[in-house]
This record gives sequence, structure tokens and C-alpha cells, in this order.
Amino acid sequence: MGLDARRMAALERLDHATMPTSAEEVWRYSRVDELDMALFSSVMGGVTVTHGDLGPAVVARGAAAVDLLPEAPTEGDALVWWHEVLAVDPIVIVVPPGVSVEEPIVVRHIGTADGCVSAPHLVVRAGANSRVVVEERFEGGGAGLVLPRTVLQVADAAQVGYVGFQELHRSAWTIGTLEMAIEAQATVTAGLAGFGGDYARVRTDCSLIGRGATGTLLAAYFGDGDQTLDYRTFQDHVAPDTTSNLLFKGTVSDRSRSVYTGLIRVGKEARGTNAFQTNRNIKLSEEAWAESVPNLEIENNDVHCSHASAVGPIDEDQRFYLESRGVPTVVAERLIVAGFFDEVFSAFPTTDLRPALDAAVAVKVHTVLA
Amino acid sequence: MSEHVLEITGLRAAVAGREILKGVDLTVRSGEVHAIMGPNGSGKSTLSHVIMGHPGYEVLGGSVTLDGLDILVLTASERAQAGLFLAMQYPTEVPGVAVVDVLEAAFEASGRNRTEVPERIRAEATRIGFDERFLDRAMNVDLSGGEKKRNETLQLGVLQPSIAILDEIDSGLDLDALRACARRIEAATEETGLGVVAITHYNRLLHELRADYVHVLAHGVIQRRGGPELALELETTGYGEFTAANGEANLS
Repeated sequence: MGLDARRMAALERLDHATMPTSAEEVWRYSRVDELDMALFSSVMGGVTVTHGDLGPAVVARGAAAVDLLPEAPTEGDALVWWHEVLAVDPIVIVVPPGVSVEEPIVVRHIGTADGCVSAPHLVVRAGANSRVVVEERFEGGGAGLVLPRTVLQVADAAQVGYVGFQELHRSAWTIGTLEMAIEAQATVTAGLAGFGGDYARVRTDCSLIGRGATGTLLAAYFGDGDQTLDYRTFQDHVAPDTTSNLLFKGTVSDRSRSVYTGLIRVGKEARGTNAFQTNRNIKLSEEAWAESVPNLEIENNDVHCSHASAVGPIDEDQRFYLESRGVPTVVAERLIVAGFFDEVFSAFPTTDLRPALDAAVAVKVHTVLA
Repeated sequence: MSEHVLEITGLRAAVAGREILKGVDLTVRSGEVHAIMGPNGSGKSTLSHVIMGHPGYEVLGGSVTLDGLDILVLTASERAQAGLFLAMQYPTEVPGVAVVDVLEAAFEASGRNRTEVPERIRAEATRIGFDERFLDRAMNVDLSGGEKKRNETLQLGVLQPSIAILDEIDSGLDLDALRACARRIEAATEETGLGVVAITHYNRLLHELRADYVHVLAHGVIQRRGGPELALELETTGYGEFTAANGEANLS
């Protein structure tokens, strides 16, 4: 099926699909009810891909990528089909078995202009024993809508690093999904960083489908003004002896809101599961609001699971400690908030982005802690 | 070397509505080492936190001045910039924040040249035997108790305060670390005229610091004052005479 045929098929499905609503558990706390697709009239978007020596690995785009795309979804709400209809320029990265791509592959999406919508579509297919790091950046644009879908298919013993770094225009909306299927002994380290957008949501589905698979899920997000940053995660332990480790940390200031809602699911076959889920939030103002809802759903007794969540102001003892050295209060608070994210950024699969991530945090802390 | 004086007069303070300090008087001048000893719960740590301006403590009365400046109206960081330093009993871990960032920010806030900080840190680390590997770590994170106290001493050495309060800097320290920290601080009393208030249970620290004065704090007031010989006496007699129900009984 060509790309156009695939999009046409999705368009037919769209005719019969309904938009999600916040009444559904998976969209609870979201702002999806405010979304009116009729307001977005044209398809736009710009993407560039840069990389070092790929060796036998391949980066395919547009029509050339279509044969490498995974099957289209079989079910979904209207946003799933909107994405399929609007994904005019899919990118597929194929890393053959045993191949290591040494330099990160950088996929850069420019946000959409006012009233426009785009659907970035990225698939990473990592063959057995391969290694690759992919950085996906979403930046700029205007008051448009971005509907990304990123899929990581990770074969046996492959090692995949992924970073999704979102710095869209402050009026932008983005509703994205990050899906990963991790096979036996393979590992994925996926880091998200969310700073932009008016409403920015990422749903992460981490499926540990092969024995001994490991998924490390990281996120750092920082809201100010009236932003809503919304993270929904699923750690799906299907196979035995699988490990997932989630650490999401956020800061909310002004009237901004954040949502972290995560579910660890341990299937009947997934004995020997290790699953951890930690969400910590700093709330810098009275009006800011951070929702933190970790959940466990366990069908096997031979598991080691934990979850923790916290929402609170800047730690008083930390602030006093720095003040007692002569650091002014506001500078102490900036240091503490920036330092709060260090644990997350340090665990990202690439150090390339660290200066940009630190800079994004610095802009926020100087804005909100003036 | 300029002369500095910390003057505490009739200081009364409360924690969570309960009066802990009931009128403390203490004067510390440049180069002097004053020990505050006393039973647990006598208000020693409260005294250190109140002087430094911890927000959890309420001052009920009295005054604290540094070189005549009323420091009770200042924020903690302003007190530090004025020349006070508190070495904490349990130094707080501050994830993701390196000591160099903190000391550079402190230098900048007090109008000093922040570019001097990295070299000063290295020099102090060498001086007290603080492993340079620890300098890149987040503040106090993954440091042992002894390393944390060396880190406090290192910061004291870089910041060069006029008056330092040491809140049980000897707790959790092995003898080598105790000696290294105490010698560095004692040297500062000579080199930069540092005045010291050392809160401790142990004579060992006072010996290393060469304490000039010993004050016994119990029931929220200074019950006895003396020279180093008082610390020796307490080592044999303990605090028994000060722990009587009536806190006023043993005022000397």
C-alpha cells in the first residue's frame, strides 16, 4: 500500500471514529475536550534529519519510507486516525542486526503555524544486537497543533536510546504518543523533556514483550504561565524477568498544571518483574497544580514493584542550607530547581542535549524565580 | 585583619511555640574560640539556627549584632554575606547542585570575584584532605558523615567568614577527619581572625581547636562559664548538676 492509499484508508476510519473525551480514564485531567479539529485548516510541518556515519543503517522518508512502516493501527479514536491521515512525511530509521550507529540521529520538527496541524511520524526499527540513539526535537512554530507518533521497535538484545525534547511555541498544542516494543534482553532508555506548548501531552506505552527486556523511562517538565503538561504512561510487563524503571520529575509555577498518571501492568506470564515508578514535582506557586497518580495492576505474585509520588514546594532545608552560605534566596531557589532535574538529565541516553536542556531550564527558572 | 564582634544579648527564641532559649548572652570576638556545651535538648542547636536565621525559629526577645549591625532583621543569606557561617550538624543534601555553583553564587552576592572560587576550592580541598572527586558531586549527596563535615569545613575555608558557628562538627567524624577539620578552623582563627562558636559534646574538638572559653547551656540559659578546664571537669562530672528540673538552680 502506498502512502496515499494508507492515508485514504485512515480517512475512512476517521469518518466512523469519535474524538476522545476527558470522561475516558486515559484522558482524565487532559484538555482534549477543548480541542476542535475544525479550527485547523491545513497540513503543515517541517522536519530535518541529521546524522553522522550511518553505515548500513537507513533513514527513509516520505513515500520511500512507506514499505518500512509498521502496520497501521487496527483500532483507535479519531486522534489516532487524524494522525494517520496527516502523517505525510513519515520517517523510518532501520538499524540492521548487529549494527551500531555511533552518533545520535537527530530528527528536528518545526512546530506548525497558527491554525495549522502536523503529524510527525517516526519509527525506529532496531535489529537484534544493534545500537542507536535518536533525538527527536519539537520546536518553535505558532498556535498550531502537533500530533506526533513515535514508535520504537527493539529486537533482541538491541540497545536504543531516545530523547523527545519539546520546546514548541507557547500557544501550540501537542498530543503525542511514544510507543515501544522491547524484545528479549533488549534495553530502551527514553527521555522526555517538556517545556513548550499551551497544552502538551505525551502518552508513553512501554511494552516489555521479550524475556529480560528493560525499559527506562525518564521525563523532565517545567510549566509556567497557563501551560498544561500532561504525561500518561503505561509500563506493560508481558514477558518474564522484565524491568521497567520510570522517573518523571516536574516543576509547575504561576497557574500552570501538570499531570502525571502512570500504570504498571504486570501480566500473568511476567514472573520476575521489576517495575518502579517515581514521580516528583515541585510546586512553585499557590495557583500551580500538579496531579500525580501512580497505579499498579499486578497479576503475578513473583514481582518487585514500587511506586512513589510527591508534590511539594522547594525544600525549606535545602533553601536554608544554600542561604546559610550567602546565596540569596531567589538564586538558591533557582539552583535547587535546576538541580532537581539533574537526576533525570544525567540518565538521558546522550549528553549532546545537556547544554540545550540546561538552557531551557535556566530560561524557565529565571522567568518564574525573578 | 579587622576586628569583628558577635554580640548576643538576652536572646529568647521558640520552636513551634515552645520557648527553648530563655535569655542567652554571649560575646565572640575575632580570633576567639568559644565552646558551647550542654546536655541534649538544652537549646544548643536552636541557638545556632536562630543566629543563622532558620525560618523555623521564632525570636521572642533579645538581640544579636555583628559589628553593631542588627542581624535578626536580615535573611539567612544576608547574615552570611555579613560574615556569619554555620557549619551544620547534618549538612543538607542538595541534589544536582555542585559546591562550586553555590560558592560562586555566594561570592557574587557579596561582591567578591567569583572566578577565584574554583582555585580556592581546590586549595582548601588539598588543605583538609577532601578528595577532589567529591567536588563534582552534588552538594553532600552520597558523602559519608565525615566527608560532609570536611565539605562544611571546605566551604568555611573558601568563604572566610568573620564568625563561624560549628554545630557539632565533630559528630560522625573519625579522628583523622576531626583533626583535619579542627586544624583548618583553628588556623583560620590565626590567619583571618575567625571567631568561633563551637557546639560540641566532646573535649577532643575543643583541644584541637584550642578553645578559649567554655559555656554550659542548659534549660535555655548559659549556666556556667569558664576556660578549657571547665570542659575537662565536665568530662568527669557530666551534666548532672545542670539537668535538675529547676533550670535556674545552678546559675553561676
